[in-house]
Amino acid sequence: MTAAADVVIVGAGIVGAACARECASRGLTTIVVDAAGVGSGATAAGMGHIVVMDDSPMQLALTVYSQKLWREISAELPGDVEFEACGTLWVAGDDEEMDEVRRKRALYTSVGVDSEILDSQALAEAEPRLRRPLSGALLVSSDAVLYPPCAAGYLMREAVRMGARMLAPQRILSAGIGRVQLENGTELHAARIVNACGVDAARLLPGLPIRKRRGHLVITDRYPGFVRHQLVELGYLKSAHFLTTDSVAFNVQPRRTGQLLIGSSREYGAENSGVNHALLAAMVARAQAYLPEIGELQATRIWTGFRAATPDKLPLIGPWLEDGTLFLATGHEGLGITTSLATAKLLASAMLGEEAEIPAEPYLPARFLHEEGGTGLGQQVDAPERSHV
Amino acid sequence: MSEAARSIPLTVNGTTVRVAPGTTIAAAVLLAGDATRVSVSGEPRGPLCGMGICFECRVTIDGVPHQRSCQIICSSGIRVMTDEVLKGSGGTGTP
Repeated sequence: MTAAADVVIVGAGIVGAACARECASRGLTTIVVDAAGVGSGATAAGMGHIVVMDDSPMQLALTVYSQKLWREISAELPGDVEFEACGTLWVAGDDEEMDEVRRKRALYTSVGVDSEILDSQALAEAEPRLRRPLSGALLVSSDAVLYPPCAAGYLMREAVRMGARMLAPQRILSAGIGRVQLENGTELHAARIVNACGVDAARLLPGLPIRKRRGHLVITDRYPGFVRHQLVELGYLKSAHFLTTDSVAFNVQPRRTGQLLIGSSREYGAENSGVNHALLAAMVARAQAYLPEIGELQATRIWTGFRAATPDKLPLIGPWLEDGTLFLATGHEGLGITTSLATAKLLASAMLGEEAEIPAEPYLPARFLHEEGGTGLGQQVDAPERSHV
Repeated sequence: MSEAARSIPLTVNGTTVRVAPGTTIAAAVLLAGDATRVSVSGEPRGPLCGMGICFECRVTIDGVPHQRSCQIICSSGIRVMTDEVLKGSGGTGTP
């Protein structure tokens, strides 16, 4: 069988689903294919934190834009998406980290993101289960949490409502030069093909500068009110993380159900989905250092997932210059849920030759083509990073 | 069983129940006529497997939530609360 469309999107994670919705809303006939189903990869494994991050000005611009897009559609999200505008508390353990709170607040203010500094007492009142004393925190009230698989499902249903077609599960053999071949013999033709395969993007496009970065999460039974905000440590000042180092950080999220998600960890070179018990123990101990009573809660499940990491910690969004039909929307690492909506806007603008609402250049895949050899593998210097998401 | 054999007093949702030594808390909750937990969709639930696997028998014991009542033997004076009361009274069911 053969089918044709304006756009074929390979990958139905939250990024692919957001791109499908955006393309369909622009009147482009759209087909989405996925080897499993909607939101089954990193989308199902992650926390679902809609968060403004400032590892770089480019990351800040993308997350601020996308967080705003999520707020704009939050009222229309169905209940199963569990969108909760609980805000993020960036927790400071000492004076040095309070300096970071003030730096962060000034930066967020300069880009129009409201935040509030809590002193030690105010933090203890906002989150009574945190250890005392802590120095304070930065509250970013516009941050939110949601349940990513259902969010991807909603975006995909919206795309279908606007005319998109979904083909899944279908194993994809190749995608490029105007053609997507499926294992069942189907051939899809389109002037624009989008590779939104997350960590699997390089299977269809060898040489992409994407590495798997494994993470662990724990989910507990229901303890409503145990914490009220997404809690993230500012402890990275003490142990500057670089891309090559395994690390853990305190990052706890309250779900609408009363369950808690406990993270986070980062590992390179781990190819299987098994649990690294030493790293898991360090991660839980880190959480317990901030929330002493968390060890009394019952965990119901532990799992791992793979982030699609790029060397400069920015996603790949836009045309792949070596193939005039191919576009990329991958490499979002730990921010794919947050930045999916902005990715879709940037991608659609690139396809239609429009100017996007924020500068698109920092995210263009072409930035990796400047290296000799042209594959992006020449880039060896990893960007430093601040905190885990 | 004779009344005399019911020598262990405890409370289930504030009501005193007396049980024989060796009785599980799940059995005491059933004797009191209450469900153990309330499902996410609001349905009352009771012990299903009786061997600690299904988690349907969870109750709050002396303030500690999510205890599997089929795996714990009654001791004198413990306070058992179930979701019906904890949720029905507007509480959260957990500390």
